[in-house]
Amino acid sequence: MDKPFAITLDPGSSLANHTGTWRTSRPQYVDRLPPCNGACPSGENIQGWLYHAESGDYEQAWRVLTLDNPLPAVMGRVCYHPCETSCNRGQLDNAVGINSVERFLGDEAIRRGWKFDAPAESSGKKVLIVGAGPSGLSAAYQLARAGHRVEIHEAGPMTGGMMRFGIPKYRLPRDVLAAEVQRILDLGIVLKLNTKVANIETSMRAGEFNAAFLAVGAHIGRRAYIPAGDAAHILDAVSVLRSMEGEEKPKLGRRVVVYGGGNTAIDVARTARRLGATETVIVYRRTREKMPAHDFEVEEALQEGIMIKWLSTIKQADAGSLILEKMALDDTGFPQPTGEFETIAADSLILALGQDVDLSLLNGVSGLEVRDGVVQVASNMMTGHPGIFAGGDMVPSERTVTVGIGHGKKAARHIDAWLRGTTYEPAAKHELAAFNMLHPWYYSDAPKTVRPMLDIIRRQTSFDEVQGGLDQGNALFEARRCLSCGNCFECDNCYGVCPDNAVIKLGPGKRFKFNFDYCKGCGMCANECPCGAIKMIPEEI
Amino acid sequence: MTFQPIKFYQTGTFTVGNRLLDPSQRSVQSHRDRSNAINSGHRACQGCGEALGARYAVDAAMDATNSQLIAANATGCLEVFTTPYPESSWQLPWMHSLFGNAAAIGTGIAAALKAKGRSDVRVIAQGGDGGTTDIGFACLSGMFERNDDVLYICYDNEAYMNTGVQRSSATPPAARTATTMPVGPEPGNAFGQGKYVPAIAMAHDIPYVATASVAYLRDLEAKVKRAMEFRGARYIHIYVPCPLGWGTASHDTIRIARLAHETGLFPLFEAEYGELVSSLPIRKQQPVEEYLKPQRRFAHLFGAKPRADLIAKIQARADTNILKYRQLQREEV
Repeated sequence: MDKPFAITLDPGSSLANHTGTWRTSRPQYVDRLPPCNGACPSGENIQGWLYHAESGDYEQAWRVLTLDNPLPAVMGRVCYHPCETSCNRGQLDNAVGINSVERFLGDEAIRRGWKFDAPAESSGKKVLIVGAGPSGLSAAYQLARAGHRVEIHEAGPMTGGMMRFGIPKYRLPRDVLAAEVQRILDLGIVLKLNTKVANIETSMRAGEFNAAFLAVGAHIGRRAYIPAGDAAHILDAVSVLRSMEGEEKPKLGRRVVVYGGGNTAIDVARTARRLGATETVIVYRRTREKMPAHDFEVEEALQEGIMIKWLSTIKQADAGSLILEKMALDDTGFPQPTGEFETIAADSLILALGQDVDLSLLNGVSGLEVRDGVVQVASNMMTGHPGIFAGGDMVPSERTVTVGIGHGKKAARHIDAWLRGTTYEPAAKHELAAFNMLHPWYYSDAPKTVRPMLDIIRRQTSFDEVQGGLDQGNALFEARRCLSCGNCFECDNCYGVCPDNAVIKLGPGKRFKFNFDYCKGCGMCANECPCGAIKMIPEEI
Repeated sequence: MTFQPIKFYQTGTFTVGNRLLDPSQRSVQSHRDRSNAINSGHRACQGCGEALGARYAVDAAMDATNSQLIAANATGCLEVFTTPYPESSWQLPWMHSLFGNAAAIGTGIAAALKAKGRSDVRVIAQGGDGGTTDIGFACLSGMFERNDDVLYICYDNEAYMNTGVQRSSATPPAARTATTMPVGPEPGNAFGQGKYVPAIAMAHDIPYVATASVAYLRDLEAKVKRAMEFRGARYIHIYVPCPLGWGTASHDTIRIARLAHETGLFPLFEAEYGELVSSLPIRKQQPVEEYLKPQRRFAHLFGAKPRADLIAKIQARADTNILKYRQLQREEV
């Protein structure tokens, strides 16, 4: 015996004790659906790209972002960010400024000249896209990256669709739009401007296209019957906004009245203000709460001195004046006439009562269904006519740029599958990462970064961009406010809090795994995970 | 506090690690090469606060001493669950003798190292609240009084858990234990008894005294590291919830420890040479009910006949702690 004094046995390690046998439930790493991703009409992986932005790798963040949306600088300006509305951080202090970080990434990409990766191997198939608006560009981008030959036919003289002809410059500077569109076209997409597709089947046959995606938008301003004197100056909002892109600016006079309560009404009123109207009045038949325009836009318009007459309709238009009738909401919330009239001075009346789709290109196409003035599509975005898909404002939807881009992406995936003779099955959605699954104690307080706004006087007199952007410093701050809901961000909490050392750290970017030889199933890791990325499941006994 | 406050708006410094931090600024526990002083396979209950607290503290001490560390251990849960002879989970030289003499063993090891001229090897002695505040108290006080070069760490789970949850002098008022049953007009442990060893240690004017909690890892590690910068007697009192003895869910160990601090019932502070030098402020103060309710040992305070009077007395203790140990004061940076 060569053991030291009084030692008779070898010391054994406790590793022989497999305490994992005690377990009645086991932890499991999961990826849950962050509410921002769930709410994004373009289906962006927002949590995914913020993850890269948090470490300052803006290029990687931009590359992840643009897998779903090729227009981040545009979207970072004009999107109504439903992601922020659903952001879990909103229940803690304020939602993460996702939209402002997106814009920062988009601007950074333009500044540094980042390009998209070259398209995949060519498929030999040809796709016709009708319309160079957000939906058409998004589909063209996705299809080109999937290796198809893409040709865009645009009726108008310029690309962008409603991004150019509907959204005023002070919200979306044209150089930003041009840069992002050009980067898409650089993928080898053929663009034909001033090319109106008169009949889709004829155009497809002539160009030997295997499939088509229609995204002509909704450009025809809706009219309402208003008794008008001969000299009354009545225009529609879409035409006014469109003519802003031409050489000759519309002549609206000093007193402008806009009729309608949507975002277009706000846009055209703010445009009129900038064109020199001293008095701009929006007339809307219901109340502010019922107004379809987004509240922050209404607020910005009011700041710029635009007046709004709630609960009013226009009964008659004459040269220089209008007769309004006051309305009152009935029990069901509908406005009813009161018989009370007033006259206001107006040099011109602009109607912003919604837009209709020009469906003439579909004449004679078999199998199509048109209902309520829009084309009906199946869940794969295909119309009733095989090989013809449609999206954007011309199909039933909430008409925003973001929805349009989402339609383009979705349609492109189905077109790609259709061209390859397969069907596209979207991956099953993860369970939503609700606020009560998070452990917010671990997040420190950090209020939202406020984007700078242009001085009010310059907002009233120029078309300079109203909202400023973030810089490197505060974009990083804002990105780091992300809670990473439902997705591991490698905070090491599970690794640290396990009393049994049963969590194995795999190294940067590789996350963790459990050592079930020793995990006793106490559940501390799941309980202390800040972002709700661990779930306890009962063991089968 | 001795660690650099780092503002990461995603997680602050509250999580164990942070991929955005420079590795040198991360906690010891976040490193893949941490010493894991207590290896896997130990027999502590599910969700054991003591197993966790001991690994946090000893790993930090190993990190601070370049792994030149010897531990003496009192009898108690920590000794029983790690070292059923001839197995051991300990990954450092470790010695167990009796329930009451861990401090004296530590003193002896320190004296031996001094005799051998090994100033590079450091000594810790550790035990539970029973082995520290009751049975080992004489040896501990002697170690303080002689200013022996030992860091004594007490893992406080507020009763003798190893032998079946009997009252110790660290058991809080009103708590049910096997020896303080929730019956009679004053159910559970009596008010006004027990001892608060951190204050007694401070009264010895030893170089360093601190309280820490398993819920505040970075604070705990900073305190162990700071303790290792001193020579002489040092004392750290670590709060470690016991799911079995307290009647809490095994996954709630850290939550309960956090609530103990946020209610003011377990103040976190540091003292040097008998003077309070820093406090960890409460981020969001909570009423004591939040802490008491999830624990079955306090169940008799709620239920059909709630004892608002006793809860109010517990709240008063918390309020006193907050004032005395400056738990609401913002720390100066």
